[in-house]
This record gives sequence, structure tokens and C-alpha cells, in this order.
Amino acid sequence: MQESGLSAWELYCRRGERLLFQGIDLKLDGGEALYLVGPNGIGKSSLIRILAGLRLPSEDAGLRAVGLKGGRGSVTWKGRVALLDERLALDEHQPLTKALAFWAALDGHPSLARDGIEMLGLSNLLDVPVRYLSTGQRKRAAFARLIGQGAENWLLDEPLNGLDAQGAKLVEELVKDHREAGGTVVLASHQPFQLTGAGEIDLRYWPHTAEDFAP
Amino acid sequence: MSRTLARLLMRDLALFLPGGRRGGTLLPILFFLSVAMLYPFAVGPDAPVLARTGGGILWIAALLAAILPLDRLVAPDLEQGFFDQWALRGIAEEAVIAVRIVAHWLSFGPPLMLAAVPASALVGIDGEALLTVELGLLAGTPGLAAIGVTIAALTASLRAGASLTGLLLIPLAVPLLVFGAGALSTGGTGGLALAAAFSLVLAALAPFAGGTAIRAAREA
Repeated sequence: MQESGLSAWELYCRRGERLLFQGIDLKLDGGEALYLVGPNGIGKSSLIRILAGLRLPSEDAGLRAVGLKGGRGSVTWKGRVALLDERLALDEHQPLTKALAFWAALDGHPSLARDGIEMLGLSNLLDVPVRYLSTGQRKRAAFARLIGQGAENWLLDEPLNGLDAQGAKLVEELVKDHREAGGTVVLASHQPFQLTGAGEIDLRYWPHTAEDFAP
Repeated sequence: MSRTLARLLMRDLALFLPGGRRGGTLLPILFFLSVAMLYPFAVGPDAPVLARTGGGILWIAALLAAILPLDRLVAPDLEQGFFDQWALRGIAEEAVIAVRIVAHWLSFGPPLMLAAVPASALVGIDGEALLTVELGLLAGTPGLAAIGVTIAALTASLRAGASLTGLLLIPLAVPLLVFGAGALSTGGTGGLALAAAFSLVLAALAPFAGGTAIRAAREA
């Protein structure tokens, strides 16, 4: 595996009028993991989307222009980044094998893609159209896509949702193997997730307003 | 990069071409033919009137038909997370939108030009007018496809997006209609050339507008 790692500074997130968090700094090296905890709506998914580069990490330019708190958030990754969230990104009408093959062709790791299907026990579901898969099977398919991507860094948003006990154990194994191979993992889960030696961020205790910084 | 774009194009075509799952093609074509069929019933079998106005009606029918597939062009991929996964792989939204315009045009432009042949018989225009309509559609449909994909990207994250698309498309498509259909009455190729030029400008701008729209939708 190539080098992996994350450094992120002064992350800021606002949804509508609500400030979710600001001033979050993160650093991860190869093999390390970060566990995001906190109740629903506290900003775990938003933080993951910011780390994925899908949301801006800083206050919007308008606020900065008029001199209000000017965050200069930045997210820098070493290596490629993969995201697994509640959205499957597999064509619903396609048989699973074809839906996964689309990503396998884009990612260019056919052997990894086959491994992923094997590891997640999807071999006997390959002819089933994606829309007929159960919630747990869909989650397994998403993990097969994730593994096929061969990225060094994993962002997992509620990876255990819909999985049975056996599936959850399997996912914990996958995450463990990925870290042992030198990859990083950022994970948000409201279900208990076995993650040894991981850093933990509870967004409840994060400064939510500028006043929170005051001594 | 070009292999990636080819993969995207293949997926888009599989979705949009006839038999594809988003059934974008047949509905607009049937709508186009229905208008051409209804028009003589509505205005009566007056051959000179039909011959004079038939070409224009085909243009209006083509423009309205272009509205039908819009809600399926971008929104499903945004909802299902495809755009997020492409972004993580470093595939720019602009590239995805540009590919989508090509795929949408291929599934919409040529079939419409084919359907214009039976439609011209239904509205009773002669061969010369048909040729002008066909050339006009060839010049104008790439622009219509570019407008369509842009609007689809702009409205993809809105709950009432589908009902807005038609209202947004019509004003933007007016220049195409004026130049393309205008060539029927003025003759010559000036109008067609202007329609083609407008199409090219739209096709060049649309990927940037559409890509920005997708990124803005994520911030919402």
C-alpha cells in the first residue's frame, strides 16, 4: 500500500443558521483511525463529507469578505480517499456484477474487485439486480465497491447500518486488516464498533461557538 | 482520462438510449409525433395553411419534447451518490456533465431527426421545407441538449425541480427556435448557421454551469 495519511486544519461547518463545529484540527498517519461519536445531527456526516472534499471546510467567502470570523480550513490527504455512506452509487436496475464492474473498470483494480466480492460473501448474489438486495446486502455491496477502489484512506459513515452480527464482525475485520496494511480510517457510527487504539472525537464537546473558546 | 470518459459515456448511453432504464428516448419522440399528428386535426385539412405553418409546429414540438427527459438526466445520479464517488476519484463534475450532454444528444437529436420524416408527412410540408427542418434540428438539438443537461443539474437537488425544468428551458431555447425555425420562412442558410453557432456556445458553457450547479447542490 502506498503512503496514507490526513492532515486537516480549522474545519468549520454550518448548516443553515446553525454552527455545527469550528476549529477542528485532525492528523492521521498510516494505520491510524479516528472514531467520530455523538448524537444524531451533531455533524458527524458533515465532517466526513468535508474530509471527502464534498463540502467546503471553511466559512463561506461571503462571511469572510465582511470581516466575520475567517476560517481558512484545509484538508490534505496522502493517497487516495474512498467514501462509504448511505448512498450506494450502484445502478439499481443492473445485476450486482455489472453494477460493481462499472466501478471496477473505472478504478482499474480487477483483482481487488474480485477479492471484495469474495470477502463479503456476495458471490451467489451476482445475478440479482441491485434493487432487489436487502439492506444488509446493499451494505455488503457498498463494501465490495470500497475494497475494489483500492484507496489508502477510508471514510466510513455508519458502516454497520443494516448489517447482521456476522456482517458487523466482518466489517470490523476488514477495517482492522486495512489499518494493518497501513491505511487510515475515519469512521462515524452510533453502533459500537471495535476499533482498537483509535483516536476519538465527540462532537458534543467541540467548541460550537466563538464564545466556547473563551477561558 | 479518455478511457474514464469513454466508460462514463457507455454507462450514460446504456441508460438513455431506447431500451435503457431511464427511457429518455421514446417518450419525447412519441410526444413529437403526437403533436405532428394532432396539428392537422386542430387546424383542419387546409393544405396551404398546413404547408406554411407545419415546419414551425415541428420546431415547437421538438422544443417541448426536449423538456420530457430532463428530470431523469442528473437527479438520480446525484441522489444515489454517483457524483460523490466520481469526485472522490478525481473525475471533475464538468467532465461528467460534458459526457452527459453528448449522451443526451445522441439519445435525443438523431431519433428526433428520424421522427421528423414521418412527422413532415403528417403536417403536410414539402421536401424542401423538410430539409430545412432537418438541418435546423441538426444545428439546434446540440444546444437543446446542452440547455437540458444544465437545467437538469441546476434543479437536481430541488424538490420541485421536475416542474421547474420546463419553465426554465423555454426562454433559454428561444434563440434556437428563432434562428432554426426562422430559416423556414427566410430561406438561405443564415438562420441555420446562427442556430449552429448558438448551439456551440451553449455546448461550450454548459459543462461549467452544470459542474458548478452540482457542487453547489452538495453545499446545500
